[in-house]
Amino acid sequence: MVDSKVVLTGQTLAYTFYCIVIILLVAWFAIKVTGKGKGLAVKPAIFYTFVGFLTVLGVSLHLITYNTIPWAEMDLNRSDYKPDKTFVITVKDHQFTLPSEKLVINVNDKVLFDVQSADLTYGFGLFRNDNSMMFQMQVVPGHRNDLLWQFDREGVYTIRSTEYSGPKGVYMILKDVVQVIPANATN
Amino acid sequence: MSFIKTLINGEGGLFKSETLTPMQKMTLRFVVVGLIYFGFVVIEGMLMRLYEVKPLPFITEPQFFAILTAHPLVGIFGSTYSIVFGAFLFLVPYLMKKPLWSIKLGNWTFILVAVGTFVFWFAGFVSHYAPLYTLYWPLPADFTQFSVWGGTFFITGIALVMVGSAFFVINIFKTITYTPDGWEKQPSKALLASALGITGFRNLFTKNKKEHLVPLPVAAVARGSVDVALNTLIILFTGVLILIFMVAAILGFDLKETAIDALLYKNWFWWGLDLIADGLVLIFVAGTWYLLAMMISGKPLFMQNIARAALLVELVVSWTVWSHHLLSDQAQPAILKILSGEMVTAFELITQGLAFFITLATLWSARPLKMTNPLKFLLGGLLGFALAVPAGIMQADVGLNRILHNTQWVVGPHVHVAILVGLTMTLYSAIYLLFPILTNGAKLYSQKLANIHFWCHLIGGIGMGAFMGIAGLNGMLRRSLYINGEFNTYMLLAALSGTLLLIGFLVFFYNIVMSVGIKGVIDIFLPAKVKGKNLLPE
Repeated sequence: MVDSKVVLTGQTLAYTFYCIVIILLVAWFAIKVTGKGKGLAVKPAIFYTFVGFLTVLGVSLHLITYNTIPWAEMDLNRSDYKPDKTFVITVKDHQFTLPSEKLVINVNDKVLFDVQSADLTYGFGLFRNDNSMMFQMQVVPGHRNDLLWQFDREGVYTIRSTEYSGPKGVYMILKDVVQVIPANATN
Repeated sequence: MSFIKTLINGEGGLFKSETLTPMQKMTLRFVVVGLIYFGFVVIEGMLMRLYEVKPLPFITEPQFFAILTAHPLVGIFGSTYSIVFGAFLFLVPYLMKKPLWSIKLGNWTFILVAVGTFVFWFAGFVSHYAPLYTLYWPLPADFTQFSVWGGTFFITGIALVMVGSAFFVINIFKTITYTPDGWEKQPSKALLASALGITGFRNLFTKNKKEHLVPLPVAAVARGSVDVALNTLIILFTGVLILIFMVAAILGFDLKETAIDALLYKNWFWWGLDLIADGLVLIFVAGTWYLLAMMISGKPLFMQNIARAALLVELVVSWTVWSHHLLSDQAQPAILKILSGEMVTAFELITQGLAFFITLATLWSARPLKMTNPLKFLLGGLLGFALAVPAGIMQADVGLNRILHNTQWVVGPHVHVAILVGLTMTLYSAIYLLFPILTNGAKLYSQKLANIHFWCHLIGGIGMGAFMGIAGLNGMLRRSLYINGEFNTYMLLAALSGTLLLIGFLVFFYNIVMSVGIKGVIDIFLPAKVKGKNLLPE
């Protein structure tokens, strides 16, 4: 499975390109609508073409991401997958409790993070050393909060609560507690 | 005229407050208070932005999160609701060519929104009650973290705003449907059907098509008001629920927080809350764009029937999109994530895209136009939504939400650009357009200052959203603090953009005060000398 950073790069490029185009378009319109020329009615065909374009864009965006973002399908159908490892993590009083001091994972393992809250709504996210986010989910008390993830490369990750749970929630950080090691290595 | 004279009496002494009707005064009160609360929000935003760079010695962490809780609520209720309610309480009777049903109720709306906002802001300021606007259960009832008394006053303040909102809705629908004294009996049912879009819907299936009895912008206001009503009910219901836990705690009883299902609560609260962000804001904005485009161009709206239908679709869409806020909740049923969270949400790209196109096409039909303040701010507002809506559609995707949810991306390119650039510039356009009408011909003090206001607001708003967005893509969370300065570069750049916004606002406020004078601003809050229900002096 590709790293989520690759997906973010693609998204950044696409959105930046779109922003430049739309800003230029509005600037062009502002110049033209106040410049010399005659007011003409826009042809309905252009309007309906635009509507069709938006419809195709709105629907195809999700179809494309579903078929290209590797975790999308796995996430929606996670009950059909057998995880290689499962980590049950509990959260209470703004503290994560891990099943072991470090969570060690082999590259390409499918890992299920099962996070349970005993009091408030929290978040559960994995972050790289440069503070960028690998993934996150909400942790709602009284409900199952499980996330299946496949790690494609070695690395060390930090767990951090990604949802506000009061001022103390800022400090819900477990630094470097997730280690992804080579596929055949043993802990 | 000397500077002091202008400051006291306004530009050229043209603003004669004694000529204002009660309706004009009521509307101006809404606008002035809404702008003052906008100033609150900008200053609060700047304080938080600076705190994200380096903790300020006079703000504690609990205070920071209390500001973070109050900031969006003051922005939406204190500022936007005030300006929008004031404008629509004037525009609906103006377009329907009849008096407002009740000026007294309109003034009560003003008082309740203004006072309610101050009550919840002050309660948060003093007690540091900070469950954020999301109020995720059981955080608002967690009295180990927050003061129960602070919370009680906070929720009471919100409830006051909601009662004011309910009065606004009643006033709007009564104004559309009632028969003024001495008038021929109005077809109230037909007017209501036209306002809600039922007539237009029926016309699709019948040969004998009925005419639309209410103008299109009034239909937009009516449909947006449906969402205001539903949203008011949900927030009031949730507020009462939280108050029950608070009153019990004050009386010494500890009610079980688990009596309420956190996920079910999250669903109903987001359903109601989203009626603002994805409902009334979009519908009101589309209606305002149409009105502004028609008034600026002097032409009928392009594709008027489609625009009416799109407003109805937007209303129905707004009832069914809430699940995009729960795409990261793993217990949320997958069918809701896909249908409500992704598919129906994508309709907003279509409905807002239509509104964007229709507005531009209407303006195009009247070229060449003069680049007036209303036109340039309208184009800024259109650009804001053109940038912010696709950003929202991207995060409302099962795959992308996994890496975007609760990051600065959500609140930067989507929320702040939508509100600051899209919504606020649309409101500024309306304010500049209505200024001479509401002030009986007062003259703007300085066009140069209006231009500075425009560029500072546009560049500051887009810049802030962009830098927050880049920080979000690099992993920076919203609703959090980075005490080791991990994202300082982006936050400094966002703060610089925020400074531009603040400068723009101060320039605008100064320009308006110099236009009507301090005496004029004070007079707006005194009883009108002109009597009667007329919108404008005869």
